[in-house]
Formats: sequence, structure tokens, C-alpha cells
Amino acid sequence: MNKERTFRAILILVGMILSLLLLAIFLSLLWGSFPSIKALGWKFFYSEEWNPITNKFGALPFLIGTLVTSFLALAISFPFSLAVSIYLGEYMRAGKISTLLKVTIDLISAVPSVIYGFWGLIILVPLVRNIEMKLNIPPYGVGIFTATLILSVMVIPYSATIVREVIELVPDDLKEAAYSLGATKYEVIKDVVLPYAKSGIFAGLLLSLGRALGETMAVTMVIGNNNKLPKSLFAPANTMASLIANEFTEAVGNVYLSSLIEMGLLLFIVTAIINIIGKYIINRTTVQMRE
Amino acid sequence: MENAVLRTERLNAYYGESRVVKSVSISVPENKVTAIMGPSGCGKSTFIRCLNRMHELVSGAKIEGKVLLRDKDIYQMESTLVRRKVGMVFQRPNPFPTMSIYENVLAGYKLNGIRLKRSEADAIVENSLRKAAMWDEVKDYLHRRGTFLSGGQQQRLCIARSLAVKPEVVLLDEPTSALDPKATSKIEDLMEELKESVTIILVTHNVGQASRVSDYTAFLYLGELIEFGPTERVFTVPKSKKTEEYLIGKFG
Amino acid sequence: MSDKKTALRLAKNKVFKFIVVLFSLGSIIPLLFILLYIFKKGIGVINWKFLVGLPKPPGVTGGGIANAIVGTLMLILVASLFAIPLGVSGGVFLSEYRKSKLAYFTRLSVEILQGIPSIVIGIIAYLWVVKPMGKFSAFSGGIALGMIMLPMVVRSSEEVLKLVPRTLKEASLALGIPYHRTILRVAVPSALPGIVSGVLLGIARIAGETAPLLFTAFGNQFMNWNLFKPVNSLPLLIFNYAMSPYDEWQRAAWGASVILVIIVLLGNIISRMIVNKWKTRF
Ligand SMILES: Nc1ncnc2c1ncn2[C@@H]1O[C@H](COP(=O)(O)OP(=O)(O)OP(=O)(O)O)[C@@H](O)[C@H]1O
Ligand SMILES: [Mg+2]
Repeated sequence: MNKERTFRAILILVGMILSLLLLAIFLSLLWGSFPSIKALGWKFFYSEEWNPITNKFGALPFLIGTLVTSFLALAISFPFSLAVSIYLGEYMRAGKISTLLKVTIDLISAVPSVIYGFWGLIILVPLVRNIEMKLNIPPYGVGIFTATLILSVMVIPYSATIVREVIELVPDDLKEAAYSLGATKYEVIKDVVLPYAKSGIFAGLLLSLGRALGETMAVTMVIGNNNKLPKSLFAPANTMASLIANEFTEAVGNVYLSSLIEMGLLLFIVTAIINIIGKYIINRTTVQMRE
Repeated sequence: MENAVLRTERLNAYYGESRVVKSVSISVPENKVTAIMGPSGCGKSTFIRCLNRMHELVSGAKIEGKVLLRDKDIYQMESTLVRRKVGMVFQRPNPFPTMSIYENVLAGYKLNGIRLKRSEADAIVENSLRKAAMWDEVKDYLHRRGTFLSGGQQQRLCIARSLAVKPEVVLLDEPTSALDPKATSKIEDLMEELKESVTIILVTHNVGQASRVSDYTAFLYLGELIEFGPTERVFTVPKSKKTEEYLIGKFG
Repeated sequence: MSDKKTALRLAKNKVFKFIVVLFSLGSIIPLLFILLYIFKKGIGVINWKFLVGLPKPPGVTGGGIANAIVGTLMLILVASLFAIPLGVSGGVFLSEYRKSKLAYFTRLSVEILQGIPSIVIGIIAYLWVVKPMGKFSAFSGGIALGMIMLPMVVRSSEEVLKLVPRTLKEASLALGIPYHRTILRVAVPSALPGIVSGVLLGIARIAGETAPLLFTAFGNQFMNWNLFKPVNSLPLLIFNYAMSPYDEWQRAAWGASVILVIIVLLGNIISRMIVNKWKTRF
């Protein structure tokens, strides 16, 4: 009897630890950001000068770098991930080939990002450099465009899996009703499946955005690590994550380190919100569709 | 009436606020089969789950009144001890899927950390499986998983598992409702033999089954004990109109 | 007239399918190409000396990556010791107290934790472990990776434990087996294949994590067995060598990439096989 009570107490303790862990992370980041918040205030967000030597820490270039690469990558990858999920969710739902493809996609999305980064560095960077030479712009090779490309490639398997799961939840009788009216597959997908799965697809995009915002290594390796506000799509830049990766260990000085932690805090808040909303929508649509 | 091994006194059972067993007092005679009958949802399962303190595992569940095992209030005893003395077999066969047949029979010892000598363990396994009338069927497969057996065999394995800890009473909650007729009749035969050594309380929906195997029959209706007596008497001259209606199949 | 219309509709249908297949191929082929390219570049680099040797300075051929392999194993060990006990008991908590208020918050916290960028987890490990200890170490890197692994273990354990039928636990309790033994010796073993497969997936995931190690495990040119000193890992080595201008190092990075990919893929494949083959049949 006593042992049972101890056992239950331990379980509940673990539950409390796990639920407080997130709060502790948030508070630590907030605490670590204090010197920067105090010294810089809102200027942190709109100042575009980042110069540790003169103690200027404006995050604008990195905010922009992060947003541009992430949204662009999402836009580029969307037709591809949607096509994959339609193919697996509607055209090839079961069978050996379907399983093989799903497993392949899962495996590919497990490849570590540092390896994508390495590949991007060796293959994509020279490729982009060639394009840039043809276009008569400074041929860095590295930059926002290259980072966007590698990000899109990395996001495809992730969002394709979520979107496929949503598409598979669309009730069969709904589709059958449409087929029995003589609709073609295309019409069923366009008029029944996609409208029905709309909010789930949106949630999938949102979660993929969360992924892209925080992606670090691959981006760090091909974005060129330039702390100036990027002037064009091909310019070298930095994202918040890649800046942290590059400068955290060398950040001497209270405000310097603290402003990097503040960027971490920002990433934390944004991804937390994105995840809450995305998972909420997915859970709601899953429950709805199951009924 | 014979010696009562298990007695309830004004037993009430609740789920939250709703009372589903209402002031049931009954004396279960030793070494007999007592059938509990009644329409679906009348509280049969809830009632017998009060007899080995399984009812309290449901959150919000509560009981009032007394349950006496050989005149000792089981709610004053250690719950795990009660459950070893009053065993239970469920509607769906549920052998432990990670254990072999041998380990399943010994689960009551092994999982309680009781160490047995090899010879003792072998004896208990053989004895329990013999009592459950399946020794000959499985003696060559003792170290295979219990989940490979057929449904009826699985159920008899579960009976053997509960017999292994040498209970005084075994509660069977519709033990054959998930089985085919052949497996059912095997288990009915088994109950006949088992009552020599253990008292059996059998919840059943099947009027025929109750008349075939039980010595006493209790009839529950909306949580109340409407009728209780020797099966022959209850079946031939029921005292209550409700019992009669149930027996001729008017409801349930 | 209506014939024409039907023909148009059927044509649209075909074109759409063509586009879908085209874009699907367009996404899977580059990904497969990346994988093949890595193998092509790296497989030739791998030999016994590469696996057991230590890094050589740039310009000197024949260096190995033994220190990174050892470091990766150390980091995985620390992370597992941290994440598995906590994660599995968290899963038990969530499946046993499914509907409680606390479980709701725990679940929410774990779900959000899972979506947090790993670089942010790195900052946390820096603040919680590196700073108080005053140095980079394998230990701090292991904690960072453990925090990434933790939510994966919690969620996979919860999911498989929820599949254990209630009646199975009741059967155990009805034998007079106390609650804690019922959980530890009936429920958890029944869910074990699923738990192990979740753990393997978690290990495969953290084996390739780089960002949170940059300012925790930090990297190390030399062999190190000391938990409280900086340590190298495969992804760190790949990052550092890939970004270096030396051919020898880049070659080593390809070799290390192949080994890392094999580890990650094996982890995923074995995890799948466990689920398919040893899944408990209730
Ligand atoms: N866990 C529970 N929580 C709340 N109410 C419950 C619970 N279990 C059963 N009940 C209610 O208690 C009443 C008695 O249920 P019980 O399962 O004991 O009936 P039963 O006679 O065994 O029925 P059946 O023949 O269908 O097995 C029913 O009205 C049921 O809805
Ligand atoms: Mg019942």
C-alpha cells in the first residue's frame, strides 16, 4: 500500500517536472535576455546595425533573414509537398510502392541537417554561383537564395507527411458520393478532398514554418553569414538561428551574449505559438473527421 | 442453507453520484456455483467487482455496506490479499501477452515477487492446468506465448491463472460470452468440477447456462436483488414477476 | 457538345495526374540524389584506419574520426540516461492519469518542447549546465541532446502504453498484484517493443544533432573519454571539416557523413522492424 502511494507520487512528480520544464526554459531565456532587453529595449527589433565592437545589437537583419528564407522556402516547397501528399493520399494509398515511398520519405527526413548543409555547400553553392554570374550579380554562391533552396528541400518530407495524414482522414463516403455523381478524380480532389482538408493543410504549413524558422545547421553553412541587412535575394545574410550558431561561443560581454539569448527567446516564443496553433487545428480536424 | 463463505450486508455501490448496486444482502454458499443474472446494465459486474475490491479502481467509485469473507470485512483487509483470496475471470480472455503459458499460470507468484522452487512451480503449473482441464492440451507447449491459444483455451488459461494462487472464491464475469458453443460447454463442465475445491460466482446472460451449471441463482434488477434461492426453485416457481418475465425472455 | 465537355474533363483529369506525379518525382528524386551523392563521395573514404584513427592536421593524409565516434557514443549515453527513465515514466504518468488536469499541462508542455528549435535547447543547456560548471563538456552536450530526445520518448511511450488494454491491468490487479508491480511488470513489458522503438528513433535523431552541441560539447581535436571535458561528435566533425578549406578534411567529412547517415537510417529501420515484428498482440 505504501509502495503504491510512493509509486503514484513519483509518477505525479514526473508529470509536474515535465510540465514545469517548459516554463523553466522560458524563464531562463527571459532571465538571460534581461541585460539585452534593458540595454536595447524595442530598438533590438528595428535597429539594423549589429556591431559587437561598438556594442550595437540590432536584430532586424536576422529577423528579415529568418522570415524571408522560411516563407520563401515554404512557398517553394508547397507545390511539391502537396503533390507528394496527394499522390500518396489519393493515387497510391496502399500497396508496396506506396509503403516504399512513405518509408523512403520518412528515412530521408531523418537525415541530419548538417549533411544537407554539406551537400548544399558542395553542390548548390557552385550552381548558384554560376547562375549569379550569368545574371551579372556578385557571384557569392552563398546567400539567402541558396539557403532558401536547401530549406525547401528539407521541408518537403516533413510537410508532405503531415498533409498526407490530413488528406487520408477525409471520409471515404464523401468521396464516393462525388464519384457516384460521375466526378473525375481531379474533380474529387479539387472539390471534395482539398476543401475538406483545408484547415489541416494550413496547420501542416504552419508546423513546417515552425521547422524552417529554427533550422540551423544547413542554413548556417550556405547563407554566407553576413550581418548586414540583405539588399537582394542573392545577398549573403544570416538568420537568427545561424547567428546564434556562429557567434554564441565568441560572444564576450554581457549584452552581446544576452542579445543572442534574446534571439533564442524570440525563436522559442514564435515556435511555441506556431506549434500550439498548428497542433490545435490538427487535433480539432482529426476529431471532426473521425466523427 | 449451507455454510456461507462470502456475505454482503446492505451493499451499495456508486459511480460518482449514481447508485448502481442498491442495498444488496446475500450469502454465497461454499463450494457451490452461484449464478448472478439480470438484464444488461443492472449492475451485475459492478456487484461482483465489489466482492474483490476491483470496484474501487474506477475513479469516483465508492461503496457502502459490508462484504464479509469468512466473517471478516474485506474492506478492513489488505486489498491485494483480498484479491488473492477472491479471484476473477473476465469476459474477454486476457492472458498476459508477454508471458508464456507457464509464466501466465505463475503470474500471481512471479509478479508478486514470491520465489518458488523449480519443483514447486512445476507442481503448481501442472495442478492448476489440470484443474482447468487443459493440461493435456498444452503440456508440450508450456513455454509458448499464451496469446497463440484459441479463445476457449485462453479463457481456461485465465481460469488456471486465477486458481494457481489458491483462492477461496472465483468470480467469473460472463466468461463464455466471447466464446463459441464448444468452448462454452467445456468451461461449463469445468465449473462443475471446480466447485469441489472452490466457490464460484458466475455472472451470466444465458438462462440456459445458469440452469445447467448453477446451484443457486440471484436475480438483479436495476441494482436491486429481486430474488435469490436454489436454482431449481427460482427457475420453476419464481417468487417475483420480474424474474419470471426475465426467464421467459421478455427482456434482457 | 456534352461529349466535348466530357473529353475536356477527362483531359483535365489526366493533366492533373501528370502534374502530381511530376512534382512528386521532383521532390523525391533530388532527395534520393542527395543521399546517393553522399554515399558516392564518402564510401571510398571509409576503412578500418578511418574508423579507429585520430584526426591528423591538414595536409597530412590518413586521419581518422575515432574521437568523434567515441564522442557521439558518450553523448548518446548521457542523453539516454537522462531521457529514457524520465521519458518512460512521463509516458506512464500520461497514460495512467490520462484525463487529469496535470496530464493536460504535461502533454501540452511536452508537445511544445518537441517543436522548439534545437539551437534554443543548446542555449538552455549552456545556461543550465555549461555556465554553472564553468566549462564545455560532454556532459552538457548529453543533457542538451537528452532534452531533445525527452519529448520523443514521452510521447511514444504514452502512445503505446495507452494501447495496453485496461482489462490486462485488471487481470493483474485481480490476482492481488499491487498497482506499481502491475504497471512495471505487466503494462510496461507489454508496451516494451513500442517504447524501445521510440527510444531508437530518438537516438537516431540526436545522433545527427549539431546545433545544440556547438556551445555545449563544443568539439575536440583529440580523443577524450572524460565526461567533463569537451568532446567531438560526428556531426560537429562534419560541420567543422566541411567548412574547412582542406581537401583531406572535406574527404573525411564525406566519410563521416556516410557513417552518420548509416547510423541514422539503421536506427529508423530497426525501430520500424521492432514495431512490425515484436509488436505485442493483445
Ligand atoms: N465506469 C463506470 N462509470 C460510470 N458508470 C458506470 C461505469 N461502469 C458501469 N456503469 C454504469 O453502471 C450500471 C451498471 O453497470 P454494470 O456494468 O455493472 O452492468 P452489468 O449488469 O454488468 O451489465 P452487462 O450485462 O451489460 O455487463 C450501468 O448503468 C452502467 O452504465
Ligand atoms: Mg457486465
